[in-house]
Amino acid sequence: MAEHGNGDSTAVVKAGEGASNGYAIDNPGLPPHRPRLADVDEKAAKRSERQVAALFIVSIIGTLMFFVGYFAIARMDQFDDYFEGMSALRVQNTLIGVGTALAMLGIGLGIVHWAKTLMPDHEVTEARKPLRTEADRAEAEKIVTDVVEETQIKRRPLLRNTMIAAALLAPLPAVVVFRDLDRTADFGVERMRHSLWDEGVRLVRDPTGTPIRAADLTIGSAMHVIPENLREVSGHGDRLAEKAKAVVLIMRLNPDDLHEPTPGRENWSHEGIIACSKVCTHVGCPVALYERHTHHLLCPCHQSTFDASEEFKVTFGPAGRALPQLPITVDDEGFLIARSDFTEPVGPTYWERGHTDPEGDFPA
Amino acid sequence: MSASNETYTEDQYLEVNKYQPKSSSGKIANYVDTRVGGTGIVREFGRKVFPDHWTFMFGEVALYSFIITVISGAFLTFWFDPSMATTRYSGSYAPLQGLEMSMAYATSLELSFDVRGGLFMRQLHHWGALMFVLAMSVHMIRVFFTGAFRKPRELNWVVGATLLVLGLGAGFTGYSLPDEVLSGNGLRIIDGMLKAIPVVGTYISFFLFGGEFPGNEVIPRLYALHIFVIPALILILIAVHLFLVVTHKHTQYPGPGRTERNVVGYPVGPVYAAKAGGFFFIVMGVLSLLAGTFQINALWNYGPYDPSPVQAGTQPDWYIGWFDGVLRIMPGFIGNIPLEFVIPTPWGGNSIATPVLVPMIPITLLLLGVFVWPWLENWITGDKREHHLLDRPRNAPTRTAFGVAMVVWYLVMWGAASSDLMATHFALSLNDVIYWLRAAFFLGPIIAYLLTKRICLALQRKDREVALHGHEAGVIEVSAEGEFHEKHKLPNEHELWTLVSYEAPAPSGPQPNAKGKITALEKLRARLNRIWFEDRVEPVSREEYLEVMRHHGHGPSALEAAESRQAITAGTGSDSR
Repeated sequence: MAEHGNGDSTAVVKAGEGASNGYAIDNPGLPPHRPRLADVDEKAAKRSERQVAALFIVSIIGTLMFFVGYFAIARMDQFDDYFEGMSALRVQNTLIGVGTALAMLGIGLGIVHWAKTLMPDHEVTEARKPLRTEADRAEAEKIVTDVVEETQIKRRPLLRNTMIAAALLAPLPAVVVFRDLDRTADFGVERMRHSLWDEGVRLVRDPTGTPIRAADLTIGSAMHVIPENLREVSGHGDRLAEKAKAVVLIMRLNPDDLHEPTPGRENWSHEGIIACSKVCTHVGCPVALYERHTHHLLCPCHQSTFDASEEFKVTFGPAGRALPQLPITVDDEGFLIARSDFTEPVGPTYWERGHTDPEGDFPA
Repeated sequence: MSASNETYTEDQYLEVNKYQPKSSSGKIANYVDTRVGGTGIVREFGRKVFPDHWTFMFGEVALYSFIITVISGAFLTFWFDPSMATTRYSGSYAPLQGLEMSMAYATSLELSFDVRGGLFMRQLHHWGALMFVLAMSVHMIRVFFTGAFRKPRELNWVVGATLLVLGLGAGFTGYSLPDEVLSGNGLRIIDGMLKAIPVVGTYISFFLFGGEFPGNEVIPRLYALHIFVIPALILILIAVHLFLVVTHKHTQYPGPGRTERNVVGYPVGPVYAAKAGGFFFIVMGVLSLLAGTFQINALWNYGPYDPSPVQAGTQPDWYIGWFDGVLRIMPGFIGNIPLEFVIPTPWGGNSIATPVLVPMIPITLLLLGVFVWPWLENWITGDKREHHLLDRPRNAPTRTAFGVAMVVWYLVMWGAASSDLMATHFALSLNDVIYWLRAAFFLGPIIAYLLTKRICLALQRKDREVALHGHEAGVIEVSAEGEFHEKHKLPNEHELWTLVSYEAPAPSGPQPNAKGKITALEKLRARLNRIWFEDRVEPVSREEYLEVMRHHGHGPSALEAAESRQAITAGTGSDSR
């Protein structure tokens, strides 16, 4: 290594040197070093010193600010009024954050300013070491050859082949051992074809669980619905998993707006009330937005758009299938009930989903 | 069998104890040195030279953001309980009191409202994670456009690309932990994407969630990945990455005094260490400022996860944007023809979720392309030499153009994740926004490629012009005959060197292999090679330079110096082109 200017090393390129034969001029070497103000003017150096010190003092102030934020502001649980608590939290977070920021920026900017104005700014040149030398490589190669030779692996193919076979098999348990990541009793894809909906299950409001009369829905209105038997499912996770398949959206259209139903679906609606799975057939977000004028349902995640008046067929966006429709009717008391489970699996497409033709052999 | 055959004299062994330090710091240093051999480390690193350039900071930002994320994350683990067991919320946040929720969400709220500084740490952790991935991405773009990935650094490029992918994994697993509606819907999308994978997808989803989505298991599992497996891998790879940087020594930009054989820069002690060390505090300061003043992931607004509700206008963390965006622009139907289909099989048929699988193609291509690029490029160009001098992006026009095209492609997908916000904020039709984005997906990269290549070539021509005719000085001179012309100021030799010291080889054409045959693969390579090199602006040659100098009648001294240099070159039998 050599400092610029007193080039006593081969690494330093001086004018007229270097592997630059192909270019218009030869490598002129490092440009001359220009002294900074602080290098030549003691006053400027003093000024830099004061600036750096000021930045360090800013850091100290920042740290104090942190303590003020931490200790002087009451915690949220000490407020009766929740809004006051939230404002206090906001102030506390700002003081802690800005305090920490000043503490850090003061140190950081101070050190960098110090390095830039006062520490030597002479660029130095160092030769690159070759990544390896020929002698090293020859030696390493010999070591490897010797080591391989001493194992005798080349002379004893039986050892080699059985070792390869063992090594190929040995990782398999490391994969198989993860089998019990899913320990559910009903393991397999069949469960994805069934939800809590069944013949006679009441449609109830989400989340209150109150049943719904047909008259509760005016034309143009919509409602988030779950099956009444959802509350019987014990266990938070199991309940969420069932709900994730069973969430339904019902809406009432003017019966004249409904298109002619496909054969087999004639009695799936009740006086213009129709029900569909709320789980998008694209990747499973809840299709939560309903526009009453166009009868369109919109998934807020990827903007798949479905037309409620045409059995929820896709009119725009990435979804590849219509939303599954839930066949509904009313019971003796006038409450909305399901006629059956969904006739196809709800939610995103999966490999084992198979064909979905309602007239086919789908196990309804 | 022979071990290392170096031998040492008894004196050398005893020398260890001879040295008697005088100062107290010398005593400490001596204690350490006699036990860990610290002298060697100081000798190796104390004055090691690092080239300095502002574009070399992005990698540092990434490293520091990671450290800050690890530290703030460790703080969070003392309160956060990654459990899906249910509890009734009784913390300070009134709107959620009495609600049934998982422990994960309840403790996230506790961290935000009831632990002093907890909200700050949560926000610092989140901002740090966003900055980590952002800095890695920008760093990778810098490395790409300057050609720093070339031999001998190809493997370190792969290490870096792996770090970027791990960064995405770390971010996503963390995003899902608080178990509120937003992250739950994020997981639901992942579930939908997993299920689309043919043959094994459904089971991968079952194994991840421990049954059907969302189940009771996924949060603790993501937590293990998030705080142990992924950070451990990242740490190991960072160590490898930095070790290789030291082994290779840093690249440097071309310029006067810089060659393939040297490193020009500041020594570690004191300037570089001070700048780099100080920079850690600056990064920490900026992230703290963000965490203290900009709210991020206000998870108390979302409520506990429930499969039914969802917010409109939600956005994933920025680095997941391109996955989400490309899902949005893929149509499910073309006209009335569904793209999704069923392969008829004796057992009823298997479904292909085309609208989810097709968008994975550009993502896979981009990621795969990143990993194989160093080899792809040197296969096309045939350049297998070591490179320690960086390319100025304009001097590698095809690479730069291709890189910009890929960045544009990425950005179209990324921007598409905000298609709904574009529509609502600019009062546009959502459908139109999607149509335009679809067009941009195909046309954007092509336009970007053509434009960038033209811009690069134009900049190279400008460099030539400056090298030969100088900068326009802005001074109009009138000659005695009344002729007006603008004065030109010739660049000095240091500037000139930067302008002329690059290579622009011509296409090489197909090369026969050892058997003298030109294979089909070689023909393909030659075609790509032609596309790569055919548009080129040659650097100013020595002859041209001398010719122009003579023509302009520049000062005899400059001309003489140039000519004498040529004489030397000619005399030594140079390989001047």
